Amino acid sequence: MSRRVHPAVVPAQPFHLTTREAGDGPVLTTDEGREWVETAVSRYPQKKAALLPLLSYVQSKRGWVTPGDMADAADALDLTPAFVHSVATFYTMYNRRPVGRHLIQVCTNIACFLNRGEEVLERFLEETGTHEGEMSACGNFTVLEQECLGACGFATVVHVNEKCFENVTPEGVGAIVQALRDDAAAYPNGAARAVEGGD
Amino acid sequence: MSYPTKHALETPTLLSRHQGDPAVKTLEGWRGVGGYETLRHAAGMAPDDITGIVRDSGLRGRGGAGFPTGLKWSFMPKDDGKPHYLCCNADESEPGAFKDREIIRWTPHLLIEGCLIAARAIRAGHVYIYVRGEFFQETVPLTDAVTEAYEAGIIGKNVMGTGWDCDLTVHFGAGAYIAGEETGLMNSLMGNRAEPWAKPPFPAQAGAFGMPTTVNNVETLATVPMIVDGGAQWYRQWGTEKSPGTKLWSCSGHLVNPGNYEFELGVPLSKIIFDVCGGAPGGKKIKAVIPGGSSTALLAGDELDCDTTYEGLQEAGSSLGTASPIVMDEDTDIVAAMRRIAQFYAHESCGQCVQCREGTSWVVQILQRIEAGDGKPEDIGTLYDLCEQMTGRTICVLADSVVFPLKSSLDKFRYEYEAKMTRSPMVAAGAAG
Repeated sequence: MSRRVHPAVVPAQPFHLTTREAGDGPVLTTDEGREWVETAVSRYPQKKAALLPLLSYVQSKRGWVTPGDMADAADALDLTPAFVHSVATFYTMYNRRPVGRHLIQVCTNIACFLNRGEEVLERFLEETGTHEGEMSACGNFTVLEQECLGACGFATVVHVNEKCFENVTPEGVGAIVQALRDDAAAYPNGAARAVEGGD
Repeated sequence: MSYPTKHALETPTLLSRHQGDPAVKTLEGWRGVGGYETLRHAAGMAPDDITGIVRDSGLRGRGGAGFPTGLKWSFMPKDDGKPHYLCCNADESEPGAFKDREIIRWTPHLLIEGCLIAARAIRAGHVYIYVRGEFFQETVPLTDAVTEAYEAGIIGKNVMGTGWDCDLTVHFGAGAYIAGEETGLMNSLMGNRAEPWAKPPFPAQAGAFGMPTTVNNVETLATVPMIVDGGAQWYRQWGTEKSPGTKLWSCSGHLVNPGNYEFELGVPLSKIIFDVCGGAPGGKKIKAVIPGGSSTALLAGDELDCDTTYEGLQEAGSSLGTASPIVMDEDTDIVAAMRRIAQFYAHESCGQCVQCREGTSWVVQILQRIEAGDGKPEDIGTLYDLCEQMTGRTICVLADSVVFPLKSSLDKFRYEYEAKMTRSPMVAAGAAG
């Protein structure tokens, strides 16, 4: 994000990203993190309301939320780590373990189910050589079965990180995965691992 | 992305008029089509006058329940000295519905304008647009529009130079169907698990942050500017006495032309499904339609002549819900479809109420074994029992929401369940014994 983010939209930034710039380092306790927390908190009459935005921010920087991040969020908002854990585990979008560079989410809810969504999911698992929820050995892919993604007229709907793919057919899955594999090579941290992993 | 979806029926396009025109996503483009003039006018109006117009227009909430919007606004206290909040429900989590997504990404300034006018009516100083977290791409036009509107002095201090202050924040959820329920949404906004609370307290008494709050759906709020601009009688020229105006219909499932379409309320459902959406692909017959999103009772293929009004669909034994027909062709396995729907509710139950937490999981287990040909003789009876136990006994209506499609499918397609039972060794043994 090169452009300045207006405080009013700070709590609505994409948080499934290919870039995981924080790596294993701190997120909320850096200068940038503290400034971000302050901005988010300023939008609400109560500090606690910034909790989801904080967890989302962490995930945008790391790809998942660690127990340490939950403790940092608790610190920043005067909450207990246990409470933060209870919230983080309630919402399905927070990853509590590392996920592949490309987080592939396949909707199999009713409209997608009627349009071969379950087959699309199977094809993604085959193409990436993974089980549902498991990260591929190369670190490039995690495939998740998703509940409704809100684009039912364009079934089957698939999200890959922050991007939305509509009208995905089982036959079209191979090309998407190949494109992601090619694309993975373009990411500085993913290139070597992608090749070495040989997924 | 096959938008916008036009159709040949003679019915006005009010809400979707500008969908598909990238120019109106920008402030300049929105102003070019007269945007924010209604806000300028409304910002100088007395709050109760705005509420009066909306009440007289008969606008009903588009989030599913169809509660009269003006009446909801009138519950907000006056001169209580407390901060008031408006929450725009952009969680759009009902399976089948994808209409709010179109409003957010094609006409974000329309939504902002509607939010601010509504905020004026309920005396709110801060609007929260709660968008489901999955809508990353879809929300970019909205966050861009909010940024532009702030920078142009349309949101914030001294709205459009009228001396009235109103802030607006866009807030992402993080994956929870139940955050679309109004008290669940407010809990989520406050940083809690999105667990609904038992009313009272009602949102207008003690809602978000313990203060008087109104929660309105995206489509409802996007309809407000045209009503304030055109007047109540103007809006009432479309639709019926009880269901005035127009409505977006999200059509999905087995259809030749799925998509979002706007119709005057009252168009026969069969017209939408066959004339506009082209019926099922391959000329197949339609076995069933869930007309209002997955939480509504299913209609059989020969029950589609009903009018698409709140009252018309109620008479037909279902409900308008979020106006999101999910169409199933003649080859659909009803038991498998119900199993998939039930899995969704079991996954999304927040777990506070036993009837819902346990009931939804039981329903899934029973449907899974019937689907696999391992049904027990008493299973259909148990499903009916569960439907009874899960209706009207919980904090929110998530449990009821699985009952509507399930019970109607048992009533109308019992033979499909029974056909799978006859394959079951246990049932065969029971019949022989």
